[in-house]
Amino acid sequence: MKRLPRTGLALAAVLLSGQAGAEELTGTLKKIKETGAITLGYRDSSIPFSYLDDNQKPVGFAMDICYTIVDAVKKELKLDKLEVRLSPVNSSTRIPLLANGTIDLECGSTTNNAEREKQVAFTNTHFLTASRFVSKKASSLTTIDDLKGKSVVSTSGTTNIKQLTEANAARNLGINIIAAKDHAEAFLMVETDRAAAFVMDDILLSAFVAGSKDPGAYVISEDAFSRPEPCSVMLRKDDAAFKKAADTATAALFTSGEGQRLYDKWFMQKIPPKGLNLNTPIAPELKAEFAHPSDSPDPASYKAM
Amino acid sequence: MNYHWNWQIFFEPDPSGAGTYFDMLLSGLLVTIETSLFAWIIALVCGSIVGVLRTLRSKPASWFGFAYVEFFRNMPLLVQLFLWFFVLPELLPQAWGLWLKQLPHAPFYTAAIGIGLFMSARVAEQLRAGIGSLPRGQRQAATALGLTTAQVYAYVLLPMAFRIILPPLTSEFLNTIKNTAVAITIGLVELTGAARSMQEFSFQVFEAFTAATVMYLLINIVVVIAMRFVERSVAIPGYITGK
Repeated sequence: MKRLPRTGLALAAVLLSGQAGAEELTGTLKKIKETGAITLGYRDSSIPFSYLDDNQKPVGFAMDICYTIVDAVKKELKLDKLEVRLSPVNSSTRIPLLANGTIDLECGSTTNNAEREKQVAFTNTHFLTASRFVSKKASSLTTIDDLKGKSVVSTSGTTNIKQLTEANAARNLGINIIAAKDHAEAFLMVETDRAAAFVMDDILLSAFVAGSKDPGAYVISEDAFSRPEPCSVMLRKDDAAFKKAADTATAALFTSGEGQRLYDKWFMQKIPPKGLNLNTPIAPELKAEFAHPSDSPDPASYKAM
Repeated sequence: MNYHWNWQIFFEPDPSGAGTYFDMLLSGLLVTIETSLFAWIIALVCGSIVGVLRTLRSKPASWFGFAYVEFFRNMPLLVQLFLWFFVLPELLPQAWGLWLKQLPHAPFYTAAIGIGLFMSARVAEQLRAGIGSLPRGQRQAATALGLTTAQVYAYVLLPMAFRIILPPLTSEFLNTIKNTAVAITIGLVELTGAARSMQEFSFQVFEAFTAATVMYLLINIVVVIAMRFVERSVAIPGYITGK
């Protein structure tokens, strides 16, 4: 019981200091200013957006974009030192960890859509990707209709499996849809002939094919399930000041030509750890978006110039 | 915590167009129940046989029982399912492997059989302990009456041993139900899988998993009550377990 007054004092001190720091900053910016740290959430296998290299260090296109945002925030808050903490997330943990403040930015390839905007916010789009399917060349499947009656896998809970389900119902294809736990497992199902095809974002498919034992054995369909959908860095909802900082930083990055340079670094050149080259030239829609950055969740708003 | 709660989400249509998110969870629940029942039947049948083998006098029989139990008990369930689903078809001749891979509902059968065999090792151990806990005189008296070994087990040992191990068997049944969640690793969309896809479609992660938790609790409570009822209805006054 003797401790009680001291605890009270400490509590008061904490409360007071909390108030002192709250001049006009709110939300995440206030938290960053107070703690001198920002936490980035990274994915461990979203190649080339956010993944671990051979030193178990998260790298990737989205990580580079996040570091640009970090620099801008540091400048805006006039901090001499800003500690960057890294925290791994997966598709199930990204929302709770962002909501409860464990991470401040999610740097990956999360699709921005209207439903998700009810829960979180997104900064400017950094990639556009459409759902296509990968299959073995030997099975000669080229169009979505060729999948009729086959077993097709996709990753559970993705927008891709949703589009596959919709196409299956709309075109009456009778596809046996398998839901895999993650992308690697889904690709394994095609590799071992458990499934004839794997429906996923085309860029992730390219990464899996490039990293497979025999890249020549696979082919990615021309036929797509959807228009290219926007992917971007995710942040907390209702945090206008922080979103503005992130939007300004990414817009400056994309319009300056630095965005294109980063794109080429991750999509046109050899990337760690195995020296893969995805060889995916920038799509005209994305080039147009880089010129006029947008955070719209609507795929129809992204048009080639 | 900056989280937008929305308990109405269960009544919103899920993106696959089949119904609401609640229907999606219910269909997951149904798969969980089917898988657990199927797995539990396999666990009981195989577990009983192996449990008996382990208590026989015959050396080869008890060796087989020992090897079986240690094989299934000492490997993580996740690894076992992965082996059954991905590795086994590659070890078979190609035609057989292809046939196995293209079976409809492969994840369901693989999960039910895999979990059933994993749990059967545990049931076998429980049964062995149950038989072992009976006084040695029981077996000797039964043999002295001129019963064959099969009759000794069928009429004397097993009826008592099963009554003794009913309470731990209840726990094993509950474990079987909970273990079905591991089957998402081979693409079975059971209750946990349904909750996961619900959270990824809607981003309402806490609502999805709260509902799944409540559903797991409910089926487990039903099982506990049912097993209590079974325990009481088979209890025989004067036996070790009866009052």
